[in-house]
Amino acid sequence: MRFGSDSDQDPWQQPMDGSHASGSKAVADGPGTQRTQYPYVTGSSIIALKYKDGVIMASDTGASYGSTLRYKSVERIKAVGKHSLIGASGEFSDFQEILRYLDELTLSDHMWDDGNSLGPKEVHSYLTRVMYNRRNKFDPLWNSLVIGGVKKGPKGEEKYLGMVNMIGTHFEENHIATGFGNHMAIPILRTEWREDMTFEEAVKLVEKCLLVLLYRDRSSINKFQIAKITTEGATIYPPYSLKTYWGFAAFENPAQGAVGSW
Amino acid sequence: MARFEAYENNGGTCVAVAGADYCVVAADTRLSVGYSILSRDSSKIAHLADKCVLASSGFQGDVKALQRNLAAKELLYEHNHNKKMSCPAMAQLLSNTLYYKRFFPYYAFNVLGGLDSEGKGCVFTYDAVGSYERTGYSAQGTGAALMMPVLDNQLKSPSPLLLPARDAVTPLSQSDAVDLVKDVFASATERDIYTGDKLEIVVINSAGSHREFIELRKD
Repeated sequence: MRFGSDSDQDPWQQPMDGSHASGSKAVADGPGTQRTQYPYVTGSSIIALKYKDGVIMASDTGASYGSTLRYKSVERIKAVGKHSLIGASGEFSDFQEILRYLDELTLSDHMWDDGNSLGPKEVHSYLTRVMYNRRNKFDPLWNSLVIGGVKKGPKGEEKYLGMVNMIGTHFEENHIATGFGNHMAIPILRTEWREDMTFEEAVKLVEKCLLVLLYRDRSSINKFQIAKITTEGATIYPPYSLKTYWGFAAFENPAQGAVGSW
Repeated sequence: MARFEAYENNGGTCVAVAGADYCVVAADTRLSVGYSILSRDSSKIAHLADKCVLASSGFQGDVKALQRNLAAKELLYEHNHNKKMSCPAMAQLLSNTLYYKRFFPYYAFNVLGGLDSEGKGCVFTYDAVGSYERTGYSAQGTGAALMMPVLDNQLKSPSPLLLPARDAVTPLSQSDAVDLVKDVFASATERDIYTGDKLEIVVINSAGSHREFIELRKD
């Protein structure tokens, strides 16, 4: 960022190749660098929770360009290393860049060839630092990331579920939902979640959340993916649709019973 | 259009009370943003040395970065000097660390509690850019405005203007101080939406340190 005198008149100043015109999408910061000012293609909520054998994660497969549904079949949940899953809402290209970072990280970890491998805790910690450092450069990765996994620790098999957002706020929880899910799905998860849920029960609960989001989040679509991570490793299931029912009275006539002056 | 905001306020309240030979440091464990609760069990307290505990609220990303930074500096100090850092030394370090980022500040409101080199309880209270003061008790964070008057009323610290300077430590016994801290948190939780869920209390005295939790309102 530059303060004070007009940079065009500084004879030692390299010419900038970006535009400073108001309304431009990114701010130029000298030759060759641009900083994201707002997201373009965005994914909506991620739902994730711990269950008996590990962590389950779910999302739809949509990605929107503003209010246009631009991509209908993208994976927003991926496996990282041997013990972790990552789910992302927010800017899709930033997520793909994060996946490249994680590929590099897991590869260099693998090349030590020492029998050790990064667990979900380490991946979460790494991403926490990446997100926070990018916000410190005013060049954020525009995502909310959810990291789930299972790995052997000093106390046996340890389940892990954590989140980090675009400015580096991070925490661990038993159930997490990003974006709209934080408003619509968390209340459901708080009342119905149990530590010892079976996978079948967890799928049912997650589907209930996804269905509520499908009804109420305009950017969500009826094509979902569920993924799980257990000691056996990661499984990302193929996409499928949920059965919907649009005949609810409130859907038929939403204005009924609403008191208005007109 | 969504604009990039480098800060957010994750709320929470931190309190410390110093006695003649102990110090109580406490903070709630709620992590919120706006009207949402992100987590009900996220610690704000960092045990930086044997006799030095830091509680911080504000922007959680900055709080964690700051606490890790101080913990790393403390470890270097330990290796260089073959002893743990004293609480007054950590207090100065924290001030310098905050001021170092004067023009892109850590959005963190800190209360540092512990024992000084004479074994007396001490509390240091800060603003986000590093100005600080040694006191007998303090509250920082979203519930501070609700708690501080109660602490003033109950602990009646002597005026800092008095000469010769009077001791700022509270006259309460350790268990009375812990009970007072529990009460001010229970009260602030009633009215401050950013304070609640659980209270983490750390007590430091000559015997070492002790940590306990009590439940707070979850609404």
